[in-house]
Parts: sequence; C-alpha cells; structure tokens
Amino acid sequence: MPQLDFSTFPNQIFWLLVTLVVIYFVMSRIAIPRIGAVLAERAGTITNDIAAAEELKQKAEAAEAAYEKALVDARAEASRIVAEAKAEIQAELDIELQKADAAISAKTAESEKAIAEIRAGAVKSVTAVAKDAAKEIVSALGGKADAKAVTAAVTARMKG
Amino acid sequence: MATETQEESTGLVFHPLDQFIVKPLFGDGPIHWYTITNVTLWMAIAVVAVLALFVFGSRGRAIVPTRTQSVGEMIYGFIYKMVEDVTGKDGIKYFPYILTIFIFILFANFLGLIPMSFTTTSHIAVTAVLGFGVFITVTLIGFVKNGPSFLSLFWMSDAPALLRPIIAIIEVISYFVRPVSHSIRLAGNIMAGHAVIKVFAGFAAIALISPVSVLAITAIYGLEVLVAGIQAYVFTILTCVYLKDALHPHH
Repeated sequence: MPQLDFSTFPNQIFWLLVTLVVIYFVMSRIAIPRIGAVLAERAGTITNDIAAAEELKQKAEAAEAAYEKALVDARAEASRIVAEAKAEIQAELDIELQKADAAISAKTAESEKAIAEIRAGAVKSVTAVAKDAAKEIVSALGGKADAKAVTAAVTARMKG
Repeated sequence: MATETQEESTGLVFHPLDQFIVKPLFGDGPIHWYTITNVTLWMAIAVVAVLALFVFGSRGRAIVPTRTQSVGEMIYGFIYKMVEDVTGKDGIKYFPYILTIFIFILFANFLGLIPMSFTTTSHIAVTAVLGFGVFITVTLIGFVKNGPSFLSLFWMSDAPALLRPIIAIIEVISYFVRPVSHSIRLAGNIMAGHAVIKVFAGFAAIALISPVSVLAITAIYGLEVLVAGIQAYVFTILTCVYLKDALHPHH
C-alpha cells in the first residue's frame, strides 16, 4: 500500500503544511474579509431597501387617503350644488306658478264676467223676443193683446 | 501481491493502488521532504482552484453576486453557520482555521475525482496531520481556556457515582481515539472508493463484462462525488464538535 510507504511521509507532510499555510493566508487575508464585507453590505442594502419600500408604501397610503378625501369632498360639493340648483329652480318655479295661477284666475274672472254679461244680454233679448212672440201669437189667435198682461205672463213663465 | 498471480493466469490487470503512489515529477530520484512530487502538483492545483474561486471569483465584490462569487459566498456562509451553530459565538474566532481545513479537504477530494489525478486526501499521512493537528490544537485550547477544569469533560457528574470512574476511563479512551478515527475515516473513504473504481476498470478489459463494468464505474463515481463532499463536511463538523468540547467542557 503506497499509503504506508513511510519514506514519502516527510514529503507529503511538508507540502501539506505549505498548502494549508497558503490557503489559510489566502482565506484570512483576502477571501474572508472580502466575502464578509460583501455579505454585510448586502444585508445593509437589503435592510435599507426594505425601509425605503416601507416608507414608499406609507406615502402611497397617504396619497390614497388624500385621494379618497378629495373624492368625498367632491361628492359633497357636487350634491350641495345639485341641492342649491334644485332649490333655485323650485323657487323660480313657484314664482312662475303663482304668476300663472294669478293670470289664469284673472282670465277666469274676466271670462265669467263676459259670460254673465252675455247671459244677461241673452235673457233680456229672450224676454223681448218672448213678449213679441206672445203678442203676435195672441193677435194671430184673434185676441186683443194687452201688453201689460202679456209681459206679466211672460215674466211669470220665465221665472218658472 | 495476489493481483500479480491473477494477472498471469487470466490476463486481467489489477493495479488498484498504483494511483496512490507518490512519485517525483522530475527525474526518478529518492523522495526527500522537499522533492517536488505529484503531491506537490495536486496540492498546488488545489491552491490555484481556491484562488480562482475565492480571490478571482469574488473580485467584483458585487452586491448581486456572479455565479462564482455566489458559490464562494455559499461555502463561506455554510461553514460560518456550522461554526456558529455547533461551537457557539465564542468559536467564531476559529472560523478561518476551520474554513481552511474544509476548503482544503473539499478541493482535494473533488480534484481527486478527475481521472488520472492524484488524491492527496487518500493518504493517511495527510489526513493524520489534519486529524492530529485538530486534536492537539483543540486539546491545547481546552487547557488554555479552562485550565485543569477541562478534565471535567471526562467526569460525568450526573452519572451514578459508582459508574463515574468507568465512564471516565471510556471517555478518556474515546478522546484519544478521536484523531485516529478522524483521520482514518477520511483517508479510508476516499481511498476505498478510488480503489473500487480501479478494480471495476480492470474488469472492463473483458468484453463480456465491460458494459456492466462501465455502468458500475459510473454508479460508483456518482457515489464518490457524494462521498467527496460528505467527508469534507463530516471532517469539518467533527472539528467543530471537538472545538465545542474544548470551549465548553462541562456537560
């Protein structure tokens, strides 16, 4: 077995020690500080990034809240404007309606007056026509028409 | 060896352990402690790979890492978390040493999986240095940090009084077996897998068996990839456990 060939042991041990010393110095002087620094820096960067992300998230939340508030305000403003406009329109409408009602009632009164006049005129002329017609009918039947009696009779009939 | 007699009778060639031979890269002379051998070569390749991953790969120091940098960071984070979880906060200062051990074993194991390569961690000389190095360091740390009270590691104060001496003896024995099992586990696992692959490769010379042999090599290679990572992990986490015992010997 070559492993038990003791004549090669000093050689192997010597070169092993050289190798270990070289690797130790490479690791402890170069690799470990460098990798340690990189890992620390990375951890720092990640922490910072997370903090920044947290901050941005809060900002976004604040912006969202402001947006919501603006929206609510705008809604309130809009409904207020709508209510105002409605009230204004209602007031104008009321005034117009009153005017219209007044105009209509005035017209109605006028019309009633006219109708009453017409009716009165009509009754008068009907009375006159009825008297004349009654006189004519009486004379046609050969009677002597007494103007007073005819008028009284017609008036009595008209009332009935 | 038995393989040589087989070779003569069947024509099969089995040299499953030849891959572990340490030989000089230049010339054919004797191997002194300073001779540049294939051990040197593959350890140098491991160092180059470590440099490529941890120095070249992380040169950008990017917040969003490249793939290579990400691998380096993952290994760093994995071992850092292991040290922190197993040994506690006061074990963190030993993190560079534990990372060095893990990186070396991991790279040596995976480089050893390259065909025709030499696997440095398959040698008991290498793993024993690592294992006994950990053992001695951890024991020294235990005595320096805790003084004589480090010995309470062996004294189970919540066990029945009668059993305490017996348990103490068992604990002492198991403590001294640690470096042996620690190093042999790694070398044995790596060596066995590589040797098995070579044995199956030897069977591939027979046309009838070769498809099975190739399939078996593929399967065992997959297993060895797992073993390479797992053994590096096991070695490292046991180091952390021993270190925890040294830092906090009171059960």
